[in-house]
Amino acid sequence: MHIDPLEKKWLYIALGMVALFLGSIFISLAVGIKPPSNVETIDPARLHLSEEFAEDNLGVHIQPDGRITVIMVAGRYGFFPRHITVPADTPITFRWASIDVLHGVHMPMTNMSTMVVPGYVAEVTTTFPKPGDYPMLCNEYCGLGHDYMWSKVTVVARQTWEKQHPKGGES
Amino acid sequence: MIDTQSRNLALWNWVVAFAAFLVACFLGFYQVVERSGLFDFLESAKVYFASVSTHGVLMAYVLTTFFIMGFGYLTATSSLKRPLWQPGLAWSGFFVSLIGTVLAAIPLLTDKASVLYTFYPPIQASALFYIGAALLVVGSWFWCAIMVVMAVQWRRENSGKGMPLAMYATVANALLWLWTSAGVAMEVVFQLIPWALGWNDTLDPGLARTLFAWTLHPIVYFWLIPAYIALYCFVPKEAGGYLFSEEMAKFAFLGLLVFSLPIGFHHLYMDPEQGAGWKLLHGIGTFLVAVPTLVTGFTVLASLEIAGRLGGGRGLFGWIGNLPWRNPVVLAAILALLMLILGGFGGIVNASYALNAMVHNTAWVPGHFHLIFAGTTVILYFAIAYHLWPKITGKKLVSNTLALTQLWTWFVGMTLLSTPWHVLGLLGQPRRISSVTYNSLLTLAWQPYELFMIMGGAVLLGSAVLFGVILWKTWRNTEIETDLEIAYAEPIHPPESLPAWAESLKAWNLVILGLMLISFGWPIAQFFFLKTFESLPWGY
Repeated sequence: MHIDPLEKKWLYIALGMVALFLGSIFISLAVGIKPPSNVETIDPARLHLSEEFAEDNLGVHIQPDGRITVIMVAGRYGFFPRHITVPADTPITFRWASIDVLHGVHMPMTNMSTMVVPGYVAEVTTTFPKPGDYPMLCNEYCGLGHDYMWSKVTVVARQTWEKQHPKGGES
Repeated sequence: MIDTQSRNLALWNWVVAFAAFLVACFLGFYQVVERSGLFDFLESAKVYFASVSTHGVLMAYVLTTFFIMGFGYLTATSSLKRPLWQPGLAWSGFFVSLIGTVLAAIPLLTDKASVLYTFYPPIQASALFYIGAALLVVGSWFWCAIMVVMAVQWRRENSGKGMPLAMYATVANALLWLWTSAGVAMEVVFQLIPWALGWNDTLDPGLARTLFAWTLHPIVYFWLIPAYIALYCFVPKEAGGYLFSEEMAKFAFLGLLVFSLPIGFHHLYMDPEQGAGWKLLHGIGTFLVAVPTLVTGFTVLASLEIAGRLGGGRGLFGWIGNLPWRNPVVLAAILALLMLILGGFGGIVNASYALNAMVHNTAWVPGHFHLIFAGTTVILYFAIAYHLWPKITGKKLVSNTLALTQLWTWFVGMTLLSTPWHVLGLLGQPRRISSVTYNSLLTLAWQPYELFMIMGGAVLLGSAVLFGVILWKTWRNTEIETDLEIAYAEPIHPPESLPAWAESLKAWNLVILGLMLISFGWPIAQFFFLKTFESLPWGY
């Protein structure tokens, strides 16, 4: 077998590059950055009968320990509720379920992104550093009205949020 | 020695491939214009999504499958120097795939299969579409069988000798394709067809996405391997030099075959139905499969440098100017490598476990795969066609200058098209939308990029039409091509024999089987153990 010394050097460089990329992934893992992955099933036909995704329960919730959870349903053609307000610089856990077909959701300029697969609960936790108005849009083709499937998220500064929710109660 | 059967098979497979390509280019141009939102009368989500579905199917499945089949018959007979095994079987495969293509085209063109080319359920297309797509794949399995049998027969008669590189790569691709297509075949046969025919009321979209992911990344290497064959086997010789190393070339193809299969989950990073650990495992595999591509980049550049220096090039970069830039195969290789480098970096971003969240399903993704597929792969398909079309039709290439113009315009067009997509992706524009309706300050920033897309699309369409014209005029040329032999690049060192395992089909398949069980065993089995809830079909 003939492998040129130059080629061996290049092979080591290539492996080194790969090790570097993998290293950066493991470092991000150590600080808790990972893709959304909760293998959790739910019956898409009975969402309204489930406690969590029933219509009355959708929206922003402040948990007793102060954590913020957002419960949303994706269905053609919108995310429900259509407008939510959340604080900046605070970890926020989104939970979605689809009522019909496959949807995807992301907010431009943030890392809030997940697929919403019917039959499964999609969960993402993220922190928005910058206050502002963000579109929350569907990024998976879900039918002819797909272009019109979007909701609005208002991210307010943390101080404003605390003034609005002095006791940390329900929003 | 290319026998008449292989020449005819290559010719007709390529006629189908390139006809599909031309139709798809017209659709592609329509899509950038429609999507720009500048022409009100063109706005139609219905036509747009039918067009996107057809464009994707024609480019990704029809162009590639027929091109690869035609090219395989040529490489097998010319590199092994033996006639085609069972030409009748090869023609049957051609017709099965062709009938499949026509069956799939009917619902696509009549708006009964606007499910995009990934056909993710539970949006449902006409059963005819799924059956047609399945037949297209089944026809290509005939080709795989012929390639494997020819390789086995040759080895039996030439024991101890290393297989010619072009055939080594072709048979690796045939095996890769058999393994790869099994995932989508299971999805279509067990889930989609019974469901579209109404035999099953529901299906599990999580399982469907997992099976599709099995196919979805290795399929890219099925498309890419013929391009790599051109880089390793034609480019060094056309540039006037030698292949740097045949052994490393074989290891690169072996690496692509073995490591490209268990990596599909990087398409599912944002999905809820698979656990984080499995995604990480596939993510690591994705980075490993970058190694054979890095080796390819090195070997091809080294081979080009040798050619440039043999041509009298001096200094660190002087050899670049000395390359025969007016040889279409060499020019295509240089342009393809440039796009492969940029597209490759984009791919590393996509494959990055956490970074993917920023670009998932945004315009970044089509930007990336247009660089790799339409840039690197298709530009080398052009080069292979310019190189071999005269040999299969027996007519001289009608104009070298036109061929060079076509390659350059394709490169410029693809740059104009894919650059704005990368920027738009970073700005958060989703892919798979027909118009921008979001009333938001953040999305206003997307508008200026639409113009570049239209310019890029127009240049690409012109380039594609020119490609068709060159092939047509060559076919109708009165000048006869006398050199009908296919010449392969010689390595600098005569190839020494590889260890027996590297030449053994059985060993490769066992390794792949093991890797596939590890990476897909539980992720597929879980759907039968978890309490899952299936979805009803939906129209669009």
